[in-house]
Amino acid sequence: MKKEHLKKIRSYSGKIPKPVLDKLEQIMPDNVSDKNLSSIMEMTLASVNQAAIEPGECVGLVSAQSIGEPGTQMTLNTFHFAGVAEMNVTTGLPRIIEIFDAQKSIKTPMMELFLHSPHNKPENIAKLSAQIKETLFGEIVREFSLNIFEQTLAVKLNLETMKNLDLEVKDVVKIIRPKAKTFTVEAKDDGMIFSYKGKASEVKEVYNLKEKLRKVRIKGIKGVSQVLPVKRGEEYIILTSGTNLKDILLLPEVDTSKTTSNDLYETFKVFGIEATRQLIIDEVFKVIEAQGLNIDIRHIMLVADIMCAQGKVKGITRYGVVKEKESVLARASFETPIKHLIHAALEGEIDNLTSVVENVMINQPVPLGTGLPGLVTKMK
Amino acid sequence: MQDVHKKVNSISFSVFSPQMITDSAAAKVVTPELYDREGYPVDGGLMDLRLGVIDPGLRCKMCGQRLKECPGHFGYIELARPVVHIKFVRHILDLLRSSCRSCGRVLIPEESLKRYISLLNKLGEEEGFESRRRKIKEIVAKYKIKMKCPHCETKQEKIRLEKPYNYFEGDIRLSPIEVRARLEKIPAGDLALFGFVEKKFRPEWMILTVMQIPPVTMRPSITLESGERSEDDLTHKLGDIVRINQRLFENINAGAPEVIIEDLWDLLQYHITTFFDNAIAQLPPARHRGGQILKTISSRLSSKEGRFRHNLAGKRTDFSARTVISPDPLIALNEVGIPLSMAMHLTVPERVTEWNKTYLKKYVENGPKKYPGANYLLKPDGKRKAITPETQEEIMEEFDTGYVVERHLIDGDITLFNRQPSLHRMSMMCHKVKVLPGRTFRLNPAVCNPYNADFDGDEMNLHIPQTEEARSEAEILMLVETQLISPRDGLSVVGCIHDAITGNYLLTKELVFGREEAINILHTTGVEDFSSLPSKDKIDGKEIFSVLLPKDFSFVGRDRAGTTVKISKGKLVSGVMDKANLGQESGLMLRNIFEKYGSAFTAELLGKISKLGIVVLARRGFSIGLGDMDLSKVAEEEIQIIVDKSVEEVAKIIDQYYAGTLQSLPGRSKQETLEVKILEVLNKARNKSGDVAMKQVTKSNALIMARCGSRGNPLNIAQMTAIVGQQALRGKRIEKGYKGRTLPYFKENDLSPKAHGFIRNNFKTGLAPFEFFFGAMTGRDALMDTALRTPKSGYLYRRLSNAMQDLKVEYDGTVRDASGRIVQFSYGEDGLDVSKTTSGTIHVEGIVKEVTQG
Repeated sequence: MKKEHLKKIRSYSGKIPKPVLDKLEQIMPDNVSDKNLSSIMEMTLASVNQAAIEPGECVGLVSAQSIGEPGTQMTLNTFHFAGVAEMNVTTGLPRIIEIFDAQKSIKTPMMELFLHSPHNKPENIAKLSAQIKETLFGEIVREFSLNIFEQTLAVKLNLETMKNLDLEVKDVVKIIRPKAKTFTVEAKDDGMIFSYKGKASEVKEVYNLKEKLRKVRIKGIKGVSQVLPVKRGEEYIILTSGTNLKDILLLPEVDTSKTTSNDLYETFKVFGIEATRQLIIDEVFKVIEAQGLNIDIRHIMLVADIMCAQGKVKGITRYGVVKEKESVLARASFETPIKHLIHAALEGEIDNLTSVVENVMINQPVPLGTGLPGLVTKMK
Repeated sequence: MQDVHKKVNSISFSVFSPQMITDSAAAKVVTPELYDREGYPVDGGLMDLRLGVIDPGLRCKMCGQRLKECPGHFGYIELARPVVHIKFVRHILDLLRSSCRSCGRVLIPEESLKRYISLLNKLGEEEGFESRRRKIKEIVAKYKIKMKCPHCETKQEKIRLEKPYNYFEGDIRLSPIEVRARLEKIPAGDLALFGFVEKKFRPEWMILTVMQIPPVTMRPSITLESGERSEDDLTHKLGDIVRINQRLFENINAGAPEVIIEDLWDLLQYHITTFFDNAIAQLPPARHRGGQILKTISSRLSSKEGRFRHNLAGKRTDFSARTVISPDPLIALNEVGIPLSMAMHLTVPERVTEWNKTYLKKYVENGPKKYPGANYLLKPDGKRKAITPETQEEIMEEFDTGYVVERHLIDGDITLFNRQPSLHRMSMMCHKVKVLPGRTFRLNPAVCNPYNADFDGDEMNLHIPQTEEARSEAEILMLVETQLISPRDGLSVVGCIHDAITGNYLLTKELVFGREEAINILHTTGVEDFSSLPSKDKIDGKEIFSVLLPKDFSFVGRDRAGTTVKISKGKLVSGVMDKANLGQESGLMLRNIFEKYGSAFTAELLGKISKLGIVVLARRGFSIGLGDMDLSKVAEEEIQIIVDKSVEEVAKIIDQYYAGTLQSLPGRSKQETLEVKILEVLNKARNKSGDVAMKQVTKSNALIMARCGSRGNPLNIAQMTAIVGQQALRGKRIEKGYKGRTLPYFKENDLSPKAHGFIRNNFKTGLAPFEFFFGAMTGRDALMDTALRTPKSGYLYRRLSNAMQDLKVEYDGTVRDASGRIVQFSYGEDGLDVSKTTSGTIHVEGIVKEVTQG
């Protein structure tokens, strides 16, 4: 495309939204005449202006309807196997509810790890994923044997598994030692023996140790209970179940610019509110797409924006977004009306009737759409 | 007559002081008796005439107004002993804990107190009341553990609350009198810290010494058929309170022992508590004599049936109607057929002017019994007169300009039409009246989709707007053609359905009519200009269809099969019309028409096209039967081979599994891998046999419907003719049932397709009993899923709409909530209205094409 043409198209930025301009750049025929170009641009501008949203439009309700209406068509099936080599993911209505509630603990926490080259090649991926996966002591143990009389606990390790995990007995002992301070640890070829330092008092001590040791992390990153290398486009990525963004991002192999978690609060803590907003949009969109439904991204954006507008993640619940409403009556009409009325009375709140339900309650026009303009005609 | 608008600007909330209660009261209630022997309300009783009237004919002693005019007046009773208000229990506890027991000051040193208060005020201004409230909680929580008063050095005792309403300091119970005395001591200046308004509120008001009696209009009694009066639950409760209060008074005056007084005091506390809230966890709820739980103030307000959601946020209307709907493809898209009898009951007010006087006079003359007539006449002085044979003469005489006639509905009147659940804005659209005989509402089947209606007994609602303002708003904003494009995704929500698609498909594909018949068909669809019809004897379907198209319309697209559809200069040159071009959602050709000619034209054309389809189909005849599902011997054998092969293949995989040679997929166990592989093979078998069947079934009407997209899909046909296929329960083969097997019919640990829900038969030949059972299992699962999903998604929708209802686009293009907080700087990042775009974007390709190609 000629330079001046590109310049001409770009000069419309600000008046025409960027995606539309990009599209124009893309599809504009090379041999377009100057006259035709200007008329194309003018026509595009005209149709953008024609399609502009009108002041007073109740966009919130339209978005709520656009998301709520297809909700009845979504499946309730919690788990979904997309393709053969994918993980269990919460999808459908349960996932949507999970996101909009901004639930603190989600059913299937997941990360998508993007890796720097050369780690994203098929030959290297398996090793890295094995490194990341959390291995507990209990998983590499073949046998625990408790000796009640001598107050000792003998552990036989599964050497085969350990070899796969690139672990040696002495490494394990090193990690385990500080976790069993009241015991002496003696390493053996295929295991170790713990003996109680103090007086032989109760069997309980040894038993407790056994239970405690089972859960000691030997290797990998905390919380990552499962790893799955998957091909995504040209490169390989690692899907994990269980999230721990903070630790994962410290690994030099991980591409921090692309790696994501599906946990809202974790994303908020590690990446901040803008990333959380994007995550909400992406996650909701993913579910809707998987269900074969079609909802415009603007509606999801608006929900994400209202959830993040306070600088913190707020769920669409009586403890989140609705609680922040200024109007007493609006809050009261949602849930727990009495609580709100009592508070309002004690604190002498004043409801200025600026939103919708309050005005419906007292039979006044709602300040939206045609109810918005304050025009009064003079009556003769 | 236009009423002057009173406007409520704001509503403020506060707590009544004892002074205010007594001052605003119309009567002091002193006796629990309600009526005297004549059934007349007792003075000083709960039904005192000063508290309002609920009997027709009586006048309120306070304002002199009659029933429905008098809003009712509050009364009060003086409590013998103070009582804790149950709803303030928490706040009282907070105050007691964080104030000094001797001097009443807040347990915060002077300096920090000032700092905190200014901090709170700042917070309140900057971040709103909610964060202020949080901060208050924080501060209060921090200081209530202080054991020594920083002001007077008194040692503090620990105060605890024994639910529901008893306070203890150490082990000694604090009576409400003592609690009240403590609260009285707290100086006004310290209250701001707790977030209470300084001037309008004193903490001791949270302990009741006088109690407000709600007006009788709030608790009307019902007169039963037997003439017996049945009192409202609140009146019952109030009766208890007054009775106990009287007894307490008497006992105190008589100097009864402390124990008795304490007991009565407790009882009074109980009654007053349950008067406010009858669902306190620690208290037995107050009951009727029959054991039914009393509905007191709390339960009147809360929940879906409560005052807020039922009466305040939801309203009832006059001038509305509801009945069964049925289809009528011959009325326009934006019309609704209304039964004559309904049209004679629903009315539109019309003001008499010089210009409409003659015909309105006619209506009045016709009266309420003859259509089109009128039911009422409103005089300029606001009086309303029913038009009856007796009054008619009189009315006709005085009838003049300035009167308002409530006339019957006539064709073209504006109505709102609605079907529940109203999930999106297209669930309520504006239709124009078309009065028809019959007893049901009639609507064009093309608008079924936005309403999500069918005709298996669905009912719909109709509303008649009563003012010019409402009518014009309805017509401009809600008319069917303004709602063609969904704001959800920018695709159309209306389009031809069922027979309309089939008809047009057959018409444009193969039908040929004689000239006369063609003209006949076109005329029924409303075409009167036949000049564009070619002058031949035999006219083929494409030419008939082309007559409807605008003369300058050109379009190139594809049909469902993928062949090109070409329209040039208003002539359908090649291709057929099917769902891809006429249906909703995609509806490509219609969409192009919409972009070029606008919504009104599209709606009209859509009406014509669907009428054409239906008329054509009616002439040709169209039905399906068992014969449509017949397969040739060859095909049946072919399917048999495919299925047998797959079953063999599955057997092989199972053998591999047992032999241990099955390679497990990454991240899966051996067993899971097996299942995945088996499913894969069986699904392939079903698809293959479906394809065979589709090829074989040629002269089938069912197939025609599946092809053009009007009803059914290839899978349905395959299931009927060839094989039903694998039944899946939660993404897996069927496994539940007995130990190691699904049904006792099978051997244990049988992994074969048959034993895990593979249905080899088709619906035409019928299923084997165990196959039927598997089918029923998946059917039940699907049914359960829907039943569980509906309330869940309903609640999600309610929450979303409640949270977002006050978001609006401001004049500066930003999206803000009711308090003016900016949520988005530009709606959707580009300020475009989805319902005005082509599936969310501007259709630039079209513009480029239009300019470059002329």
